[in-house]
Amino acid sequence: MKARLAEWIVLLRPGDWLVLAGALLVCVLSALALWRGGAPDKAVVRAGGKVFAEVGLARAQVVEVPGPLGVTRIEIEPGRARVASDPGPRQYCVRQGWLTRSGAVAICAPNQVSLSLAGGAADYDSLNY
Amino acid sequence: MTPSTIEIVPTPDDQRIARLAAAAIVLTVAEAAIPLPLPGVKPGLANIVTLIVLARWGWRDAVWVALLRVFAGSLLLGQLFAPGFFLSLAGSLASLATLGFAMHLPRRWFGPVSLSVFAAFAHIGGQLVLARLWLVPHDGVFYLVPVFALAATVFGLVNGLVAAKLMQGRASGKI
Repeated sequence: MKARLAEWIVLLRPGDWLVLAGALLVCVLSALALWRGGAPDKAVVRAGGKVFAEVGLARAQVVEVPGPLGVTRIEIEPGRARVASDPGPRQYCVRQGWLTRSGAVAICAPNQVSLSLAGGAADYDSLNY
Repeated sequence: MTPSTIEIVPTPDDQRIARLAAAAIVLTVAEAAIPLPLPGVKPGLANIVTLIVLARWGWRDAVWVALLRVFAGSLLLGQLFAPGFFLSLAGSLASLATLGFAMHLPRRWFGPVSLSVFAAFAHIGGQLVLARLWLVPHDGVFYLVPVFALAATVFGLVNGLVAAKLMQGRASGKI
């Protein structure tokens, strides 16, 4: 097995190793540069169409947003956010669960509250994707 | 039926190129049977032939063999003038251009593996540019660049090693 491998390795010349190292470097760098996007750094909470609060995603906290039907509770944790409770009848925004990617949106239409994540390289939001 | 007055006599050069192109076409067709998870990621075994032709007979012959391979290979696979054909053509042209430059690197330091890796990267480069301009006019295609780059590195290495091995065998009179 080892002798087999050595048979192939002698075919590689010094410059070939250099080229291979460069190629691997291109792989790693392109992955780092292109696949980093999508990590959000803040949550934007809107009520009645106006920005109610912009909260960093660094630490856990709860934001309570008053709307026409009552209070919507938004829960922030490091790197993610969700609508924890909402007075709306169908609970779509609550059932969406944790939002983790930049551009993700949860809308509680009856209570006129929305939660969206921003920052990083947001390609799409979850509405027009 | 009147006999044709035009007679095309193939020169020994033509016959050699046809023979080599046939070998490349066989590899293309065989390769099409290998199931692969991503469109665009292929071993490119036919490039082994291109590399050997380049090393032994020069760039002009390599261009002939590679382009004949692209046309005849896609004709056999029913892909002629389909999007995949144009991607393949763009990749081949880019890698032939790159090989034209890379072949002048000092042979003592840079062997077939270097040429193969350069050609593989140029191939995905050409394909991606055409795909971005024409097929998927959105920067989303570049999301796949790391996957293609890794495939180019691995298959470039493998093809280059096989080409180097075959040429070594030839030098010692085995083939």
